[in-house]
Amino acid sequence: MNDVAPCAPRTAQTYKSAYKPIWCPGCGDYSVLSSVTKALAMLDLPPEDVVVVSGIGCSSRIPAYTNCYGFHGVHGRSLAAATGLKVARPDLTVLVAGGDGDGYSIGGNHFLHACRRNVDLTYIVMDNHVYGMTKGQPSPTTEPDWDSKLSPGGTKLRVFHPLVVALASGANFIARAFSGDPNGTADILAQAIRHPGFSFVEILSPCVTFRPEQREWKTQVRPAPVEPTTDASRAARRLMTDDGFNIGVLYAGDRPVCPLAPAEPRSRVEDLEAEFAL
Amino acid sequence: MNAAMQAAGTTIEYEPPRNLAEFMSLALAMESEAAQRYAELADAMEMANNVEVAELFRRMANIETGHARAVMAQMHWREYVPRGSPFSEGPETPGEDAVHYLMQPYHALELALACEERAERFYADLAAAVEDAEVREAARGLEAEEREHVALVRAWLARAEKPAENWADDPDPPRYVD
Repeated sequence: MNDVAPCAPRTAQTYKSAYKPIWCPGCGDYSVLSSVTKALAMLDLPPEDVVVVSGIGCSSRIPAYTNCYGFHGVHGRSLAAATGLKVARPDLTVLVAGGDGDGYSIGGNHFLHACRRNVDLTYIVMDNHVYGMTKGQPSPTTEPDWDSKLSPGGTKLRVFHPLVVALASGANFIARAFSGDPNGTADILAQAIRHPGFSFVEILSPCVTFRPEQREWKTQVRPAPVEPTTDASRAARRLMTDDGFNIGVLYAGDRPVCPLAPAEPRSRVEDLEAEFAL
Repeated sequence: MNAAMQAAGTTIEYEPPRNLAEFMSLALAMESEAAQRYAELADAMEMANNVEVAELFRRMANIETGHARAVMAQMHWREYVPRGSPFSEGPETPGEDAVHYLMQPYHALELALACEERAERFYADLAAAVEDAEVREAARGLEAEEREHVALVRAWLARAEKPAENWADDPDPPRYVD
């Protein structure tokens, strides 16, 4: 007879750790954490089969606040670490999280190649258009005319468009969400995790401390007036005319996922050891 | 079938529940979500060393948790199985961005009052619109409970000290502006 007690149903709470976030009160990242845990509950994934990998920044603190395995790594290198992990352990669900500075600037090169490789990862970028942790420097998604003490008169630089870059580089699933819609965001995240290959979800997540005007995002976001498409050309036209506030799944492709391991290893560890044997 | 309804205080349309189980499931999701959010806000305020407001949010979380438990007891449900919510956020849930690290109990009570009023209106609208008598009666019951909460929070608010105009002034702000 099986004497194992039945497990209680997994809820969002199942995936939250006992650590309390130290984000500023009002930060959008609280809602993102809530959405991530809701998405995992929707998918009913065992917490021990999920890993959250991050880089550096406010949003990159997120692994500690989940009850899953976590890796809080090096600035901009979360995708590299996550790719290695997924290749070594394809049985795990690997989520990668970070901010716009970590992902698009310091980690920009890894972002391109993670999209291109199409390993089965879900990359969540909490985009607040600023480096919050280091006191408010402009990031690649900061508006060119954003005036601040650290960027008087604005940077006057062209804004990085992560969704266009992701599509051009080969990401297999592209979506945008808004932290002020936590249940909608959870639904998008669940779709992203389910979708094979590299899924990229940009979440607009206001920084209430350095970009208090972003509280108005809730009046600017809107559901994308289009259905998800599997056609990359249509998605490209859609994304090139996008103003940054369309919410929803904007592309769901069917590219082959990166093979995770060769069918037969060419050599065994023992063979390599033999070469060095005295 | 009932036509889609607009949730009180929001622009969200949703299909009204067709029977008591659907209605109570929706109520449970709303109350649990509100409890969770108040608990998160209490944690955030504790981290910001705003102890008074943290305690107040914790008290609101306990009230909403009690409400959720009452729904479960009424339906003889033993465990909370999450069901999809039609809302991006329930009418009773305070917004994550509706707080400030220097906010005072008065602000927290204003926030709670707005949420309780929205919840009361939500149940009232639903009771007025649904065809099922059981759902209508249950909605009226929850509306009455929310009305009690509104009165309770109003009474607290009447006793709370009104914040000074410069309540948000911080001698060592995280962000310097000219």
